[in-house]
Amino acid sequence: MSYIKLLKGFKLLLEINNLHVLVEGREILKEINLSIEKGEIIAIMGHNASGKTSLALTIAGFPQYVVSKGKIIFDGRDITNLSIYERARLGIGIAFQSPPAIHGLKLKDMIAFAAGKNPWILRDYNFVEEILRKVNLEPSLYMNRELNVGFSGGERKRSELAQLFAMKPKLMILDEIDSGVDIDSLKILGNSLKEYIEENNCTVMIITHHRHILQYVKPSKVYIMSKGRIVLTGSYEELIPKIETLGYDALIKEVLKNELERKV
Amino acid sequence: MNWREKYRELALQALTKKSIYGSDIDINKFIDKKEEEVEINEEIKSRALEVGIELSQEKSGTYLQIDHSVILSKVASNIKGLEILPTDEALLKYDWLRSYYWKAISVDQDKYTAIAELKSTKGYFIRVAPYVRITQPIQACLYIHSQGLLQAPHNIIIAEEGSEVNIITGCTIGSKVNYGLHIGISEFYVKKNAKVIFTMIHSWNEGMYVRPRTGVIIEDDGVFVSNYILLKPVRDLQAYPTAYLIGKNAKAKFNSIIYGSQDSIIDLGSRIILMNEGCSGESIFKVVATGNAKVYNRGQIIGQNRNTKGHLECRGMILCPTASIVAIPELVAEHSETELSHEAAIGKLQEEQLNYLMARGIPPDDAIGILVKGFLDPGLPGIPEILQSEIRRKILTTIRV
Repeated sequence: MSYIKLLKGFKLLLEINNLHVLVEGREILKEINLSIEKGEIIAIMGHNASGKTSLALTIAGFPQYVVSKGKIIFDGRDITNLSIYERARLGIGIAFQSPPAIHGLKLKDMIAFAAGKNPWILRDYNFVEEILRKVNLEPSLYMNRELNVGFSGGERKRSELAQLFAMKPKLMILDEIDSGVDIDSLKILGNSLKEYIEENNCTVMIITHHRHILQYVKPSKVYIMSKGRIVLTGSYEELIPKIETLGYDALIKEVLKNELERKV
Repeated sequence: MNWREKYRELALQALTKKSIYGSDIDINKFIDKKEEEVEINEEIKSRALEVGIELSQEKSGTYLQIDHSVILSKVASNIKGLEILPTDEALLKYDWLRSYYWKAISVDQDKYTAIAELKSTKGYFIRVAPYVRITQPIQACLYIHSQGLLQAPHNIIIAEEGSEVNIITGCTIGSKVNYGLHIGISEFYVKKNAKVIFTMIHSWNEGMYVRPRTGVIIEDDGVFVSNYILLKPVRDLQAYPTAYLIGKNAKAKFNSIIYGSQDSIIDLGSRIILMNEGCSGESIFKVVATGNAKVYNRGQIIGQNRNTKGHLECRGMILCPTASIVAIPELVAEHSETELSHEAAIGKLQEEQLNYLMARGIPPDDAIGILVKGFLDPGLPGIPEILQSEIRRKILTTIRV
């Protein structure tokens, strides 16, 4: 038994046990249990304000998310009390839903930082150009742009991906990488992601409202969140059609009803 | 020099006159010194470089003063229509210069202007002939080499009609100097259609007292842009330059980039008086305060004529609970057709931005440094790109958060 558990432990990249999280004293995540195996892709879905982004930022270590109960184990190590920076260095990379503009920092320098290089002494930016081309940002136009300053929605998302590609994280968290993006941009994002994930055998946690991006980044498991809890877990094939036909509310209601009936 | 008697008399009477702003400094504590030959050594070269002055490189013009001695005062051989002289020599050479002397600032404004007149320790005279455009920057360096010195150069800059000039002045000290007083008197005369971009980089240390006094007179369609950069600590600095826009459509702009650290007391203002029709003025002050630094930004714009416009802006960032920033904007409308505005925002480092950088694996100290540098980044329209990147480089290399 313990041997099997040990084997399983080797395979797990992220393990979250009974996690409760407070923001300004209010509980916003409850009883979260979740695990991701190395090389696995999972999707977190649900309404706005269901707790998806909170979960992502808690995993990334944002200090306003206070863990009141439970643990986060990453790559065999308890990271519950580590800082954002330490977690990033361990291999957690997150593409933010709406990243802030940073004046005075060029996109190429941020990408260099993300790759663990020091841009102040860096001479060769070839690798940056390569990465920018992967996300369809023409290097000559974007290298020297200030980070996210005046970027459109789609440009921001592509810049986020470029930063993650430079970081090569063990766990890639994509927080609504598809929101506020037009169809053309979605296609670009989807294809570059697909290619990168396949090439790097990446572990991914993708957060989204819509199934469209999941055609490119196909998850093996889907978690549905509501009011700070994971209310439903299932395979892609099992849940996605139901979400399509019923919508989140009806689907969640149905599940809760079934559960209640089972208990009775 | 009889004509100077009246200034000396006024100065004598003002020797105890306190400045309205800043702490009162006992000017008798500082020493005087005779002129002497000083060789330009490596230390002087590297210190000068820190304030943007490249002594080993040929510029359109160079002035170097160490203590009270003028070491260099030259114009490149290929440049016509530019003159650089020590002010006292220029006054002997040109009688007409007397009509500029102490005309943009009063000699009896306070004890600092007074002592500058009485001690009369050189300074530069720069004149650009009518319609001459000097594209390459002129560089001037005022350097304190002796401990406890009172250095009070008197600079006069005249940009004749239709001329254009770009001047970088660096003021700094030797590494063994940890105590001194620098009073820089600067009078600018920007004639009709002329343009002066004046960049001043100061680099002092914890023992230096600094009291610059500046007056600017701008004629019709003249443009004056001042960039002031202070990135290293200072004991106590106070300045309140004043621009008089006497001509129609004259423009003045003051940009300041301040990194106040350690126990620095920095009291920096600017006054723009829009005296004629269509004049406009702007003052943009960017400051980061850390350690025990106290930084004051006083800005005043006075609208006295029709179609005048003025804007004051102070953006401050506080990194440390023991530091402070005080923004004191003053708008004075003395005409019904003047438009004046101000904007001030002081805050801490944006946590969202800091977290974003750290989430990319950037260590906390580096992340703070990136944000501080980005915040101070000049990004100033109307300033040559070469100068902007120079300032940017300076910010990157000087500031250690």
